[in-house]
Amino acid sequence: MKKRKERIDRGIKVRSSDIFALLSWREMLYLGAPRILPVVVCLVLPLVLGPYWQKVLLSVAVVALLAISWDILAQTGMVSLGQALFFGVGAYCAGAMNHYWNLSPFLTLPLATIMGAVICTLLLLPVLRLRGIYFSMVTLIIPLILVRVIEATKIFGGTEGLSGMTPLPSKWIELYLVLAVLLCVLFGFRRIMDSDYGLVLKGINDNDRSVINAGINIYWFKAQSLFFAGAIGSFSGAFMTHVYMFVGMPVFALDYSILPIAAAVVGGPGTLAGATLGAFILVPLSEALRGFGGLRIVFYGVFLVIFIVVLPEGIFHYIQRKYHQIERWVGVEK
Amino acid sequence: MLTGTILYALINTAILALMALGFNLTFGISGVANFAYGAFYILAAYGIWGIVNLLHLPYPVAIIVAIVANMIFGALMYRFVLLRVRGQALSEVIATFGIGLAILELFSYFGWVGFEYTLPVFVDRSFAIAGTYVDFQRLAILGFSVILVFCLWWFTHHTATGLAFRGIAQDERTALTFGINSDWIATLSVSFGAGLAAVAALFIIPLGSIAPGEGYDVLIKALAVCIIGGLGSTGGVIAAAFIVGFAERFTDTYIGSHWTMIVSLAAILLVLTIKPSGLFGKQKELEERI
Repeated sequence: MKKRKERIDRGIKVRSSDIFALLSWREMLYLGAPRILPVVVCLVLPLVLGPYWQKVLLSVAVVALLAISWDILAQTGMVSLGQALFFGVGAYCAGAMNHYWNLSPFLTLPLATIMGAVICTLLLLPVLRLRGIYFSMVTLIIPLILVRVIEATKIFGGTEGLSGMTPLPSKWIELYLVLAVLLCVLFGFRRIMDSDYGLVLKGINDNDRSVINAGINIYWFKAQSLFFAGAIGSFSGAFMTHVYMFVGMPVFALDYSILPIAAAVVGGPGTLAGATLGAFILVPLSEALRGFGGLRIVFYGVFLVIFIVVLPEGIFHYIQRKYHQIERWVGVEK
Repeated sequence: MLTGTILYALINTAILALMALGFNLTFGISGVANFAYGAFYILAAYGIWGIVNLLHLPYPVAIIVAIVANMIFGALMYRFVLLRVRGQALSEVIATFGIGLAILELFSYFGWVGFEYTLPVFVDRSFAIAGTYVDFQRLAILGFSVILVFCLWWFTHHTATGLAFRGIAQDERTALTFGINSDWIATLSVSFGAGLAAVAALFIIPLGSIAPGEGYDVLIKALAVCIIGGLGSTGGVIAAAFIVGFAERFTDTYIGSHWTMIVSLAAILLVLTIKPSGLFGKQKELEERI
């Protein structure tokens, strides 16, 4: 007998999508747990980890931010292959302000976030009309150009970079600052993407011509999405500048472009939570593989290929489905 | 000085055209993304090197084995990876880029870098042309790439398979109604592209040594020539190779070697921004931008 797989929403999902969810602790937990869990994890992890893994947690948060910024762009129909652009511009903004004007990190972080976002938006403004693969190629090329320009003109310290940045006052402030920003960005932008405004952005990805037909200026919305993504990426770059107390050409390295894409693809694109989950899986994994040295990037490449080919929906969508639905095999009616 | 610069610019043009041919055949002419192209180039170079120096087989055998192995590897990559994401341009790009990344980083992990990792030149002689010394290898590249570009043009305009290559890029469904098996043609296209990467490596590697990082440069240069010239146009490849080749050589001589890469990258950026379909590209002019 032939069988097919049937998926049905769990009873508790149906019940808790209603006002009656408030009548039972179990249903409230069902709704609340997935939202409370990441908050609790982010609050507790810094306390239980040792100093080495606290540093790893910092890079997890930074990669998660970059992956979220990639995902926001991708949901607007702009697939970027050069997240390092946002990261690097933010890093150089913060570094230059700290090095030349001696501004405190608490001033440079917000200033670099805004400045970086404005610079990235202006840089990419001429190519907003490009679609699909052409946009991706432009974003792949711009960080490469910027590296060579810095090398050739020797601005901002040239190949040696700027060092001796002011660090943040304590490692606890570092950790909780970046985790708090990560949580705000994650929940904030998830909410924005679910609103009508987010619907317009997603519509541009699904069918840009019909969005134009609806009388909406898609370039204005694309520019805004670029600004958000640029701000998030620039913040992570600026933050890393103050953590490493150094800014130089490595900030435009391929790592910062590949890792966020890998995280978003592995975690599941289209839900910012997937990108975060991917970062929380990939970065510790790569630390565990540190003994293999250069082989880590080989693993990223292989992961990218496997997930794109075998599990294109990503881990988060898979978990989400298991959480909300039951699956069973049923016979096919004749 | 000027004649020397022009001569070397011509040779640079030939090198660029040779590098870009395989990528152009796969991505430009039949519309299948193969961003593992740089990795195929390096793979073939190490393949030839390994067969000659580790297995001690004669050089001509090594060349044939490496080219055939590269073609088979390309076909396998299409069958097992690309076929499953065909039609989703960005998944194609990310998947093939992932493969290329894995191969290149694997080689750089092995650390096979140095002067002993190179291929022999064909004939070790040099000639004086108008007061400039040019070695035989560079002249061979110049001659061979002219022949190869002509062969490619003839192949894609006057043979059934070659016309099918262009057909699946122009309109896959219409190609199907003409009895073209688009999956098989795309397999062939990736496979031929990989083979051409091996040929390019065979000619160009003897000028320097094998370095995995070179793979990224080859990909970017191939991309530059392909995009500036326009997808799907053989004449475009020649024109773009001339533009980039001369621009690079002249900036190197008169401005500084730091600026050569910037010139070709800036050229891509400019062309993408103003005319994404390239100087001579006719395909899909309306679809690539809104």
